[in-house]
Amino acid sequence: MTESSYRIQGATGEWEVVIGLEVHAQVTSNAKLFSGAATAFGAEPNTQVSLVDAAMPGMLPVPNMECIRQAVRTGMAIDAEINRWSRFDRKNYFYADLPQGYQISQLYHPLVGEGAIEISPDDKNPDATKTIGVERIHVEQDAGKLMHDQHPTRSYVDLNRSGVALMEIVSRPDMRSPAEAGAYLRKLRAILRYVGSCDGNMEEGSMRADVNVSVRKPGDDLGTRTETKNVNSVRFVMAAIEYEAKRQVELIEDGGRVVQETRLFNVESGTTRSMRSKEDAHDYRYFPDPDLLPLELDEAFLAACRASLPELPDAKRKRYEALGISAYQADVLTAEVEAARWFDALLEAGAKPVAAANWTTSELFGALNRGGHDIAQSPVSPAQAAELLALVADGTLSGSLAKQVFEVMLETGDAPAKIVEDRGLKQTSDTGAIEAVIAEVIAKNPNQLAQYRGGKETLFGFFVGQTMKAMGGKANPAVVNDLLKKALS
Amino acid sequence: MADLTDLGVAAIRDGVRSGAFSAVEVADAFIVKVAKAKPLNAFLVETPDAALAAARAADTARAAGETLKPLAGVPIGMKDLFCTKGVATTAASHILEGFVPTYESTVSQNLWDAGAGMLGKLNMDQFAMGSSNETSAFGNVISPWRRPGSDAPLAPGGSSGGSSSAVAAGLCPGATGTDTGGSIRQPAAFTGISGIKPTYGRCSRWGTIAFASSLDQAGPMARDVRDCAILLEAMAGFDAKDATSLRQDVPRWEAGLSGSLAGKRVGVPKEYRVDGMPEEIEALWQAGIDWLRDAGAEIVDVSLPHTKYALPAYYIIAPAEASSNLARYDGVRYGLRELPEGAGLQDMYAATRAAGFGPEVKRRIMIGTYVLSAGFYDAYYTQAQKVRTLIARDFERAWESCDVLLTPTAPSAAFALGEKSADPIAMYLNDVFTVPSSLAGLPAMSVPGGLDKQGLPLGLQIIGKPLDEQGVLNAGLAIEQRAGFTARPQTWW
Repeated sequence: MTESSYRIQGATGEWEVVIGLEVHAQVTSNAKLFSGAATAFGAEPNTQVSLVDAAMPGMLPVPNMECIRQAVRTGMAIDAEINRWSRFDRKNYFYADLPQGYQISQLYHPLVGEGAIEISPDDKNPDATKTIGVERIHVEQDAGKLMHDQHPTRSYVDLNRSGVALMEIVSRPDMRSPAEAGAYLRKLRAILRYVGSCDGNMEEGSMRADVNVSVRKPGDDLGTRTETKNVNSVRFVMAAIEYEAKRQVELIEDGGRVVQETRLFNVESGTTRSMRSKEDAHDYRYFPDPDLLPLELDEAFLAACRASLPELPDAKRKRYEALGISAYQADVLTAEVEAARWFDALLEAGAKPVAAANWTTSELFGALNRGGHDIAQSPVSPAQAAELLALVADGTLSGSLAKQVFEVMLETGDAPAKIVEDRGLKQTSDTGAIEAVIAEVIAKNPNQLAQYRGGKETLFGFFVGQTMKAMGGKANPAVVNDLLKKALS
Repeated sequence: MADLTDLGVAAIRDGVRSGAFSAVEVADAFIVKVAKAKPLNAFLVETPDAALAAARAADTARAAGETLKPLAGVPIGMKDLFCTKGVATTAASHILEGFVPTYESTVSQNLWDAGAGMLGKLNMDQFAMGSSNETSAFGNVISPWRRPGSDAPLAPGGSSGGSSSAVAAGLCPGATGTDTGGSIRQPAAFTGISGIKPTYGRCSRWGTIAFASSLDQAGPMARDVRDCAILLEAMAGFDAKDATSLRQDVPRWEAGLSGSLAGKRVGVPKEYRVDGMPEEIEALWQAGIDWLRDAGAEIVDVSLPHTKYALPAYYIIAPAEASSNLARYDGVRYGLRELPEGAGLQDMYAATRAAGFGPEVKRRIMIGTYVLSAGFYDAYYTQAQKVRTLIARDFERAWESCDVLLTPTAPSAAFALGEKSADPIAMYLNDVFTVPSSLAGLPAMSVPGGLDKQGLPLGLQIIGKPLDEQGVLNAGLAIEQRAGFTARPQTWW
């Protein structure tokens, strides 16, 4: 465990920030939570709306068990208690994007109870972890969307999202700095993507956070919190916390009082502003949805959920570390599920773990970055990469030759052995040939030879360079070193 | 030929099968009768073409030698709470004026699949909220019954008052109803017909406009017990589109009908002997006890100690659910929209709902909103749910000593229109005998027992164990066979 030393320096001393996050994650499913309508992102307005989603008279919700399954798997992935008996409640309020006049959610008896997520706030030191409590995960319907830019005097409603399944993942107020909140979100996102219960795509709105922030003098009781709604990137969440904490400290130190309220984050200015205070809060008149029976899960369902869980980021990181991979590289390799799957495939194709980790985190990630590619679009497959690494391991290629071959692989997609063959890039350890070249190099550089023998040993590198250059980079560097030492002494 | 509209469901079905008459002849006879009965205001929409199409299909099938469907040739009336594809459906409310569903409710579809034809959509209390049909936005239904020597229009009961009036007046041999707290049984009792509310979950609620989801059940209303059994067999069945639908096969209730109750025990709950109950009702109840004893049953006294809390609990739970269920009528997507000049969204909601809902609907939405509010929820809603559990437990205990329960259906005969509409409490008291079994989700039916001194029908209620519709129907049949109830209203319209 690490304790955050993050503090706001106020006029009256240091302040501690207390943060809790409520993350809304869209459940990966072809159909909505209570209807069979599709859920694809970016469809034409009102093309993914069933009679149920539009709340036509007499329409009834029927739970989509795939959405329930995904939420249960998510709960299991954070070691949470799964409630075999849960219930749906109606949250009643009027708005044009809410056709039923209520959202079906779970207030009193959520599907998933207490769990925890381990975070590493400092990416330079991934072993310094902190545990963030998760209070609950419940499932609920998303609302539709109002469009105000379609007509000069009217607003339009798009119900495509109406009824889409969301998981609301509620953390404990256990975070103490923007960095911890960022680490929590990244870790949660990674877990969701490993599990496959949410694509974690914050730009498309499939994951967004309500940010609860309060400040206090270290050791004091919790202060009054504000809730900044619907923040849709890790960076914005961190910026919102930073702004909001400073605002609260200044407010209190100026003799004001923080009011419990809902706030909005402005992406352009990086500031938050008040949306509505607790006094204007809706009375949602929650009550159990009488259209739905309590959700009761049997052991077979839970066992199938458990059996379907993949290896999760923490377990994978520890496994990599046990293979001799550095903690930092293991953390980098496991942060994104696609990269981790790619790396696993590389290991399965026979690559040696440490060399594979070095090569993947430097050469591959570097090349992908330069090309602007996701790992999913990598022009080089794990099998091809394993072949390349095998050529290095057996001495066929030197490090620098391997780089050249990799460049060609990226361009042509050809197999490394073919590239080596076609372009004659094979490294040579032929001592006769190397000795002949060395003799030539020495003969051409009598001055340097004299200086070297006179004690200027740094000139050894000069002779290595000249020899390698004369051999077109294909000489085995270790052999060159050995032979040069003999020739120069 | 005898008047075909004198025939019930079974007689029409059998006559069409045997070729005694054609289905089109039947449909024509009822279509004419419906058209002549405007003063009853029982139909909101008449659909003669639909009735004729189903009749022609039946006649064609018979001519081709095909096996006829269970309800081939039988025209029926459809309560306007059921959404019917291509036919205006309003729940008798202005807020749904102009709404034409693009879908068919499961219950009505089941009936059409069984060969029945639709004569039209039946008037009702607005959103099924009422006991007299006076809350309909399209004028109240009038009972075909009158007090002797009086022209005063009488209430047909409610909320399925269009159904009760139409069946009693012979405008259709059978009709659908829905029952939330007595809306099938009380109007059946008021008009001298039979009606059964099955176990909660027997009939799908999909496509039926919701009043109170945990209580709403569809059921048939017809001239006798056999006709109810036939119609219910067609209406019931598991439906994956309703999460509260029961995964149960539909028993062959008609085939199982028997008026012999040998070996059965009939419970008489003492708590239903309420203060101020008219002597005639008391006497009818005693007659019912004697008839069932005569049918071979053993009569036992039982106690349902929480009965007196049922009505208050019902008038918390039903409005609470209704206040939420009716939130969707907001002027945004269908039905009425009132958009005053310069109005914003909230103004549109307020104006639309103020203009669209009738006073009783508004009253219940307000009651429901209040009892669910922060600070009142536990005192009202939570408490009412506890009472509901206790009431269900009362019945469970009673089943240890009896198979069915016998009670009056309503505390009075039909009252005149306007007699109780000024006093909501007096109106709500009409449901005192029907509400407990609704809260417990039990099957219950009303059968006519006799006439009061004014010559108006009185009903007896039989309540059964969960899923034991057969026991309820059989006890109803035993009463029917002994009561000799043949009275019919004189045609005055």
